[in-house]
Parts: sequence; C-alpha cells; structure tokens
Amino acid sequence: MGKAIVLGCSAIGAGLAMIAGIGPGIGEGYAVGKTIEAIARQPEAKGDCTRTMFIGVAMAESTGIYAFVVALILLFANPFIGQL
Amino acid sequence: MNDIGNGPKVVFEIGKIQVTETVVIGWLIIVAVTILCLWLTRGLKKVPEKKRQVLAEMFVNFVNNTVKETMGPSMMHFAPYIGTLLIYAVLGALVSLIGLRSMTADINVTATWALMTFALITFYKVKHNGPLGYVKSFGQPVAFIFPLNIISEIATPASMAFRLFGNVAGGMVITGLLYGALGALSSAVGLSFEAGSFGFNVFQVGIPAVLSVYFDLFSGCIQAYIFSMLTMVNVGAANE
Repeated sequence: MGKAIVLGCSAIGAGLAMIAGIGPGIGEGYAVGKTIEAIARQPEAKGDCTRTMFIGVAMAESTGIYAFVVALILLFANPFIGQL
Repeated sequence: MNDIGNGPKVVFEIGKIQVTETVVIGWLIIVAVTILCLWLTRGLKKVPEKKRQVLAEMFVNFVNNTVKETMGPSMMHFAPYIGTLLIYAVLGALVSLIGLRSMTADINVTATWALMTFALITFYKVKHNGPLGYVKSFGQPVAFIFPLNIISEIATPASMAFRLFGNVAGGMVITGLLYGALGALSSAVGLSFEAGSFGFNVFQVGIPAVLSVYFDLFSGCIQAYIFSMLTMVNVGAANE
C-alpha cells in the first residue's frame, strides 16, 4: 500500500515538474522572434544574430532541462522507494 | 516501457569495472573517426581535385573560423580540441540512427566533457589572474557574495552537462514512448500481426521516423554545436 502511494505520487510529481516546460517555450519563442526581426532589419548581420540566438536559446532551455531531469529521476530512479 | 528510462547496459566486466554500452560505442566512434580522417586526408593536393578533400577543408575551415570569431586569433590552438569535441558529440548523438544507444544520452559522458571545460576555465583564470587573484576574484564585488560566486562557478559545468544529456535523453524517451503507444494503438485496432517471435505493428511504420528527424538529426547536431560553442565562450571569457 505504502509503495503504491509513493509510486503514484512520484508519477504525479513528474507530471507537475514538467509544467516547467512552459517557461523555456515562451522564452525561446520570444528570443527567436526577436532574432528574426533583427535579421529582417539587417540581413548582413545574420551570422552573428543566429550564433548569439543559439547560445541564448540554450541558456533559456536550462530550466526546462532541469525539470526534465527531475522528472526522469522520479520515474526511473525513484529515491523514495528505498526509504520505505 | 521499463527499458526506456534505464541507463546503458553493462556489456562486460573487467574485474570490478563495469564496461557499459556507452564506452563500447565510444570506442566504435573513435575507430570510425580515425578511419574517416585517414580516408579524407589521403593524397592531399594544393589545388583540391577530389571531393573528399573539399569536404575535409570545409570542416576544418568551419571550425577554424568559429574559433577565431568566438575566442579571438590568440586562442587558435584551441581549434583541434573544439573540432574533436564537435565531431565526437555529433557522431555520439547520430549513432542512434543506426539503432545503437546515443552516446551522449549518458550523464557520465556529458559530465566528463563538462569537467574538462571546467578544468580549462579554471586553468585560464588562474593563469590570467595568478593563484591569489583567482581566489580574490570570488570576493568581487563585495566579500559576503563569496558563496554565491562559488555556486555560479559550479553551475556552469553542471548546466552544460545536464543540457546535452537532457536533450538527447529526452528525445530518446519521447521516441520510445511514442513507439510503445503506436504499438498499443495498432493492437487495439487489430492491425497488429505476430509471426512467431517476430511482431509487426502497422502504425509503427514510418511515423516514428518523422520525430526521429527532429530528435536525432536536428537536435543532435544543434546540441553538439551549442556544447562546443559554450566551451569556446566560457574558456574565451576566462582568458580575458
């Protein structure tokens, strides 16, 4: 019984953790949109803009990746089962 | 479902050391890259005649230009390291296209590379500021910010390792889940056939390949590029 509750709550927790995916989604969309605006205004700076955008997007993605790692740990390497 | 999220399998053991799938695939990639290099650079001419020399020059020029633009001409000796990192990370992700497990979907690999970057950053900071200046730089701009600076110093390699691992492993998990869901859907509609030990599900044909183009091809190449880019930016910033 205790194990079932822990497993169920872990699954819910993993789902809740992935709500963090909203943030990087909005942020990356915003960054890419602004980059396209900049390239449209100044097409010759395309290389610089794209490179900077990729680094920024990778930075913005970190929070989503952390949430994903937490979800993975909860689903596949659950630390709470061992404490029962 | 259960084999999706598990770590790499242990292939064989030497004493107490467990050699996993990841390491063996890494060896295979090293052999493949060595053979590729030997083949690409055979019979070089001053004016390229063969297509493979043009290809090799394109890659070397790309790496050289990127390093020069991001780190400056004084750091050009980093180009071979960055090129190695780039081609190893790209092939490590793309190896999933031929049915093997992605090498970068193992946190040990990405954490090792991030530690190498961390060592380089620390080396250049110490070289640039001197050992005492390096310790002092943690107390900038005010002394009580010391612990926060240490956390931000550790956060750089940790976030780099998790980013590469998370992207590749995430693609692997999503493709695996979709594969399982399509199999369940096929057997629910009755389009699943079994002949002995060989099962065939109609919906599993073609549909996962579309996702695979994004998660394996696009994401693998972009994340490898971003990893080497972040290495260049961080090491370059440490030397300023």
